[in-house]
Amino acid sequence: MQDGALSVFLQQLVNGLAWGSIYSLIALGYTMVYGILRFINFAHGDIYMIGAYAGYFAVTPRPGGLGLGLFWGVLLAMAACALLGVIIERAAYRPLRNAPRLTVLITAIGVSLLLENVAQHPSVFGPNPRPFPDVIAMRTLHLGPVAVSNLQLLIVGASLALMVVLQLIVNYTRIGRAMRAVSYDRETAALMGVNTDTVISATFAFGSALAAAAGVLVALVSQVEPLMGIMPGIKAFVAAVLGGIGNVPGAMVGGLVLGVSEYMVAWHWPDFRDAIAFALLILILLVRPTGILGTGAVEKV
Amino acid sequence: MSDQTQTAGGAQPPSSPLPGNWFDIQARSYAEWMFWVHLLILQPPGFVVGLLFVVRCATPEGKAVGTRLLKFSLVGPGVAILIGAALRFVSTQPYLSFILVRVGIWVILATSLNLINGITGQFSLGHMGFAAVGGYTAASITVLLGPRLGVDPANPGPADPLVFFAALVCGGVAASVAGVLVGLPTLRLRGDYLAIATLGFGEIVRVALLNIPALGGAAGFKGIPSFTTLSWATLWAVAAVLVVRNIRFSRHGRALLAVREDEVAAEAMGVDTVRYKVRAFTIGAFFAGVAGGLLGHYITILVPKEFGFLNSIEVVVMVVLGGMGSITGSVLAAAGLTYLSEALRAVGDVRMILYSLLLILLMLTRPQGLLGQIELGRDSVRRLRALLGKWRRGRAPAKEETPG
Repeated sequence: MQDGALSVFLQQLVNGLAWGSIYSLIALGYTMVYGILRFINFAHGDIYMIGAYAGYFAVTPRPGGLGLGLFWGVLLAMAACALLGVIIERAAYRPLRNAPRLTVLITAIGVSLLLENVAQHPSVFGPNPRPFPDVIAMRTLHLGPVAVSNLQLLIVGASLALMVVLQLIVNYTRIGRAMRAVSYDRETAALMGVNTDTVISATFAFGSALAAAAGVLVALVSQVEPLMGIMPGIKAFVAAVLGGIGNVPGAMVGGLVLGVSEYMVAWHWPDFRDAIAFALLILILLVRPTGILGTGAVEKV
Repeated sequence: MSDQTQTAGGAQPPSSPLPGNWFDIQARSYAEWMFWVHLLILQPPGFVVGLLFVVRCATPEGKAVGTRLLKFSLVGPGVAILIGAALRFVSTQPYLSFILVRVGIWVILATSLNLINGITGQFSLGHMGFAAVGGYTAASITVLLGPRLGVDPANPGPADPLVFFAALVCGGVAASVAGVLVGLPTLRLRGDYLAIATLGFGEIVRVALLNIPALGGAAGFKGIPSFTTLSWATLWAVAAVLVVRNIRFSRHGRALLAVREDEVAAEAMGVDTVRYKVRAFTIGAFFAGVAGGLLGHYITILVPKEFGFLNSIEVVVMVVLGGMGSITGSVLAAAGLTYLSEALRAVGDVRMILYSLLLILLMLTRPQGLLGQIELGRDSVRRLRALLGKWRRGRAPAKEETPG
């Protein structure tokens, strides 16, 4: 009995980590944009959805798609979404750079609704879910009491690789240093000769590319549909807050914590899986609003 | 999906145009009764006294009082007969009254959210969560307690309006309690965090309702008696607008505006910001709860899906479109968008695309909304007149001056 519970626990832990790494990937986009612009890019979850569709069309054999391999499919999706992210930023957010934050937030909600509803339109993707083509045969590996599918390993591995690449970019490249400078103080960075517009575009491009990768990885184990981005998008934001918004390692930690806690809750109360994220959010905002790894900032007058 | 966003529109227009509920008959005849009261009792003395004031008073103040009395005695019966005739006419038009009831419900939602979002500046994305709490509470009272209080869903009885009224108030109170519970902790947060926390509250309510079998779960709470009529919706919509308006122009309203404009400065000036924010939340939630109750008793079924994030956004769109802080703006936007969503039903797929484009374009071009802070009312008529006069005067001298 005890042994059974332990193996279920380990199994849920593994599943939770796999999902959690998806949340981490999406949360990175939120947290980077928030770190620089101090606003929630509500359309981020929908960029994840567009990424999944881009991957779907890239991987589906001709004539329905491009018939690329999975690796190139993911890369294509990432590039497409990076472009989309930059376009959205330029068209919708840049004109509002100095507007009140509420205005930008409402615009972001509008962009999110626009992407969802355009995707749902029958002449675009249509409202029905589509199964993702079987590019990788699912195999299950038994590691002691725990069953891990090769797809789960792929999700965790790919996410980790992408996060490492992002860390390297943020910490060791010129653009990464500029991003850190802008997130620390946008005006001063601009005075020091950092082209803030380029940096903001780059931030949107990186974040959207990560979301696209997450979208394709999720689509691999499930399907694509126009509203698939809403819930993961909101939950990934919760993950970003959980880890400390504006903090890149925090987003990774927050995603994993959220993924694992979701599976632990689903183990006992399967119906409340969707509610735990928000309960956690309200809890963290009450107890430690800066998040697990965040540092506090005092509002100055 | 499109079903979900059309929300209160799930129902078809009710087939019987004239409900046999005494409240409605009373509401209709009340206006006519007011006509006679005005004509026979209030008007003659008002007219005579007003005339006396105008003729005999030497001071301009006295003359002003007299003119007001005269106006009142003449306009009163006219307004009463107009309302009576309108109610009587609309109740014979099922489709029109169907749209107007929906307009009423959305007006309540939009004005109450305006109190929170527009006037107090606290961005809430969970307004439908409060509507859900109120709607389910009111529905459980009429369905579960109703039979003991003499409500028979099959036949209308004299107890119905009283039970319904009590149920609506209880729904509103339950929603306000939820508002306090959510508001006390989360209103310490600012801007974006509050938006996400309220969004989270709305989702928690929805998920909880999905998992309570006694309240119907995902299939919905069925068998709610059809009590909501045009008179009820109008009554509550007027009440919501009046309450929010009176708050807006009171001392409390000024405190709320101060919180919106600059929380730190308001705090420094001695405004207890958290208390005022919680108050605004409570009152807003009350009316949202009432609107939920009206909705449930109109379409006779409550489905958790209807209280989701997208519908909360729809209320936000109304407030933003009308102008954050403008009550008349919210009313106009709620009425306009409700009508528009009916009119656009034929092109259902495109409706939400248009909605979202509208929202983005509005934010890019006129972020303060159509009316901004402006209230339409007697003042704006005067302002319009002044503007017209200025324009006319501006044109006339222009001709004289330019030749030189």
